[in-house]
Amino acid sequence: MWRVGTVVALHDETMTARTIALEVPDWPGHVAGQHVDVRLTAPDGYSAVRSYSIASAPNSDGRVELTVERLPNGEVSPYLAQELAVGDRLELRGPIGGWFVWRTQQTEPIQLIAGGSGIVPLMAMIRWRAATAGCAPCRLLYSVREPRAVFYRGELQALSDRSNAVSITYAYTRATPKDWPRPPGRIDATLIATGTWPSNLGPTSYVCGPTSFVENATELLIAAGHGRESIRTERFGAIGERK
Amino acid sequence: MGTISRGFTGRRSAADAKLPPGQYLTTDFPVLSAGPTPHVPLDRWEFVIDDGTNVLRKWDWKSFRQLPTEIISVDIHCVTRWSKLGTSWEGVSLDTLLADVKTDASYAMARSYGDYTTNLPLKDLRNEQAWIAFRFDGQELAPEHGGTARLLVPHLYLWKSAKWVRGITLMHHDKPGFWESLGYHIYGDPWKEQRYTEDE
Repeated sequence: MWRVGTVVALHDETMTARTIALEVPDWPGHVAGQHVDVRLTAPDGYSAVRSYSIASAPNSDGRVELTVERLPNGEVSPYLAQELAVGDRLELRGPIGGWFVWRTQQTEPIQLIAGGSGIVPLMAMIRWRAATAGCAPCRLLYSVREPRAVFYRGELQALSDRSNAVSITYAYTRATPKDWPRPPGRIDATLIATGTWPSNLGPTSYVCGPTSFVENATELLIAAGHGRESIRTERFGAIGERK
Repeated sequence: MGTISRGFTGRRSAADAKLPPGQYLTTDFPVLSAGPTPHVPLDRWEFVIDDGTNVLRKWDWKSFRQLPTEIISVDIHCVTRWSKLGTSWEGVSLDTLLADVKTDASYAMARSYGDYTTNLPLKDLRNEQAWIAFRFDGQELAPEHGGTARLLVPHLYLWKSAKWVRGITLMHHDKPGFWESLGYHIYGDPWKEQRYTEDE
């Protein structure tokens, strides 16, 4: 069933990514980590559909936020990240997905590992856990190309300043802030050892990002002693680095 | 027609005509998996057909690779909406693997290393519709795409083509597998756009 949402706010997260806030009158609610299908329809009836993760925490007021990264040769993402304006209507289907989700009943430590725009569904988990004052201790390891590529920068800073909301480790792959102790590079065993929960605490890990990022991060988690069954993944894009 | 998206024209190509509804064409090979990629050494790999109680047939890698293989050229369709046309695989037909299996079961559960499962009607595994594939595009199948070997059932959405397949359990009654328990369609025909549980 397709629902129609109205764009009520737009916010640029980075040079290439934008958050779209929608009012969806009959929104049934969602679980942190789920996604929606978005359908665009041209005047002649041609339509294109893509899936986007929900960035906002579950709520009952019918507001849904998506963060969309513009892909250079995308068909749908450039429209959503550039063309779409407040007041426009957008068709949505969902929420979808019952696996890559975090529910408030879970009390074990939460380990979130994001590569680039893979932060989006993890942000819904961080927000939901903070909103419900959940007791599950939460850490985020967030790998980005460079400091200005961080999504939700101010909000993540504010949450990490609060006691017991989320503890964040940033990893930069291309350029770091000035005087950053670690040279740019992808996530390695040292970073897993210092920036994530040890396996003996029994965390559930959520890893989201490009395929090569997820393959690397999950192999490091397994090498660090985490059970395969404790790791949930969501991959996007093709093999190899996205341009 | 649904809500018109102001200013959206979209892209169309001749190949779109060959795509099931709601799919778009990609030349990449995206990956969808629920967890870590399993790595199974060849000397421990096996493929088992059972009925839930008894093992009916069993192959190790060596005996499996002595079976006749086929080159398969097919279009594949992922529920996340990408389709890839004319993909080339090598594998062993399920007709070969099921040839000596006497059963009155109507359904099958494919089981994978890493504990993934997916259910299919047994008839969808017969009649030159399904293979255990171990090569893609002339190369060994990469682990993230399901290597050592994966089920290939291209007439259904690709989640039915279980990666890292280790066996098939024959069943008298249909039962949802992994994604089928988590909101995805019990059968998954891309041409009928059976993506989610509530789709007809």
